Amino acid sequence: MNKQVELKNKRVIASNHVKLGQKNQKGQTYTDINDIFYKAKQTPNFLTGSEVIRAAIKVASVGTSVAYPITPQSEAAALIGELYAEGYVDEYFRGESEFAVMGQCAGAAFGGHRVFTTTAGPGTLRAMENFPMWAGARLPIQVCVTCRGINSPLSIQPDTLEMYYLLETGMLIWHAETAQDLFDFILKGFIVAEQPDVHVPIAVCCDGFFVTHTKDTVDLPPDDLCLTPYDPYRNPQPVMDMETAPIRMMRDPFIMKSNYISYATHASWQQEVKAAVERSRKHTIPLLDGLIDEENTDREILIVGSGTAVSQAREAIRLLEEEGIKAGLVKIKTIRPFPYEEVRQATKNAKHIFVPEFNLAGWLAREIKANIPDNERVYVGPHVAGGMTMPSEVIVEEIKKHLGMEVATRGTLG
Amino acid sequence: MSRMNIRISGLGGQGAVTAAHLLAMAANKDGKFSISNPFFGAEKRGAPAESYCRIGTERIYDRGELVFPDVIMVFHPQVITMQKSYTAPFYSGIKENGLIIINTSADLLSDEDHKRLEDLNVAVLDHDATKLALEIGRTELSTNMAMIGACAGITKIVSLEALDAALQDRFGKRYVASGGTATLDEAIKKKYAKKEMLLKANMDTIIKGYEIASEWAEKQDLHLVEVG
Repeated sequence: MNKQVELKNKRVIASNHVKLGQKNQKGQTYTDINDIFYKAKQTPNFLTGSEVIRAAIKVASVGTSVAYPITPQSEAAALIGELYAEGYVDEYFRGESEFAVMGQCAGAAFGGHRVFTTTAGPGTLRAMENFPMWAGARLPIQVCVTCRGINSPLSIQPDTLEMYYLLETGMLIWHAETAQDLFDFILKGFIVAEQPDVHVPIAVCCDGFFVTHTKDTVDLPPDDLCLTPYDPYRNPQPVMDMETAPIRMMRDPFIMKSNYISYATHASWQQEVKAAVERSRKHTIPLLDGLIDEENTDREILIVGSGTAVSQAREAIRLLEEEGIKAGLVKIKTIRPFPYEEVRQATKNAKHIFVPEFNLAGWLAREIKANIPDNERVYVGPHVAGGMTMPSEVIVEEIKKHLGMEVATRGTLG
Repeated sequence: MSRMNIRISGLGGQGAVTAAHLLAMAANKDGKFSISNPFFGAEKRGAPAESYCRIGTERIYDRGELVFPDVIMVFHPQVITMQKSYTAPFYSGIKENGLIIINTSADLLSDEDHKRLEDLNVAVLDHDATKLALEIGRTELSTNMAMIGACAGITKIVSLEALDAALQDRFGKRYVASGGTATLDEAIKKKYAKKEMLLKANMDTIIKGYEIASEWAEKQDLHLVEVG
């Protein structure tokens, strides 16, 4: 389906922006993203995911950030407010609701700013109309989605169901496993989303609490380096204020014409947005070192996952190893674009493919089943939802049960 | 690979989350691998709040609610008497040869509890942490310090030097937390004329808890998991 992109000698040029090498008003030096990650010295820090979002935005040359409180992203949003107070972010304010926030983000992006915001769970759904609007208007806004349960009864705990709703919005969807991923994805996400042949919004997703409120070791580059600012002149289309010719998207929407050409225009624009998402692959692959990570994919038992499910799978693989059962791992980093060809290749030797997920819909398993041959190899699960933990022991048990192995009763109480 | 899993059950506002973070930060400073995370509902003082700290000799990926702990710390009697915990009984999942430290002045366990824990060779320390906090820190908000001290005293999972350094990181610098935590931080800072006094009172509470628990541990036949 997708041609494999050759990695050798590929390097994303983040920016040949005129400001490269100059200092901003805070004394940070505008630096190429490759140099920030691969040349500068990385220092280990012990931080929560919220603190990591702050660390990333501090060096991201963000123009506008709009905040609205909703657990588990409130701390991150408040910390960005601090960066604004310190002068690292140009504009920052609190919106009236998530819907308003995303509209305000659109306004700032139309105006030529790099825009960052955060939301979670019910907030993501409340804001939903704006996401395909951003994509259609080709605004490279970044929203960090700290996943949380969305349904009633209320939950503030992690559940990745909201990502299912985001899949067809036309945004890039990346899924961070750890706080380290979160830091890397936020900075690299801006660069990929803003490429002229991509230029669509990006949702950098992580699992709430398991990443945002967890203290973990993260390697950070020095904070006196920063990304070059967004260059609005690299926008591949005329800047739209929704009323300016030739687009006049709101004033003269095509659909008002009620003729064949209006439908064709709309359909082709949707295709163009999809194509733009696919085109992001060639920029993403060198920056993220591939859309997937593989470990021992020559093995018959494979676990394929994204986000925290990968971490729990790593622990499960350790436990299985102790019992002499060998399993491999595929970590999917980008959900959109979906790494179809990579997943096909990585799973070609597998007899049993397990897809642990922190949601009951099993959307990742569906994506995989829809795209690999002999998909009866895919076992949809294990699943937890509503904020439940997925102990590695549960993954081990489910794998053994499915393979017809004996499962020892755990010596536990309660 | 060895690892110690610590589960802390308390009530919102007692500093259970801070305690897990401090233990993890200290372990990190000692050169061990560690990870800590909380679990609570909408922030509300007095509601059940749990936190988890995992410390080991290799990179730790495991996150979320700790189902099979080696060590359980109970920060408030109501965790047991009013079942304010996420698991029932509160010691559900405890591993063989495990350890339970309860902040209480009286035995809160039923005969059945004692029997089940003895069968698993789990040691139980009733540790009056709030009393210690009031005596040394002069505020019950230091209860978590007395508990951390006891945990370190028995398990030796983190050094006192590393705990001191973690305390400096957490309370010495400006720290941004959620609304509820920030309010409590302010409340405890107001009790002391200077930040250094707060840090010293907390460290003194930790050390006293450490000493009491070390002494207790020497008299026990403990077979706790060793890390490192």
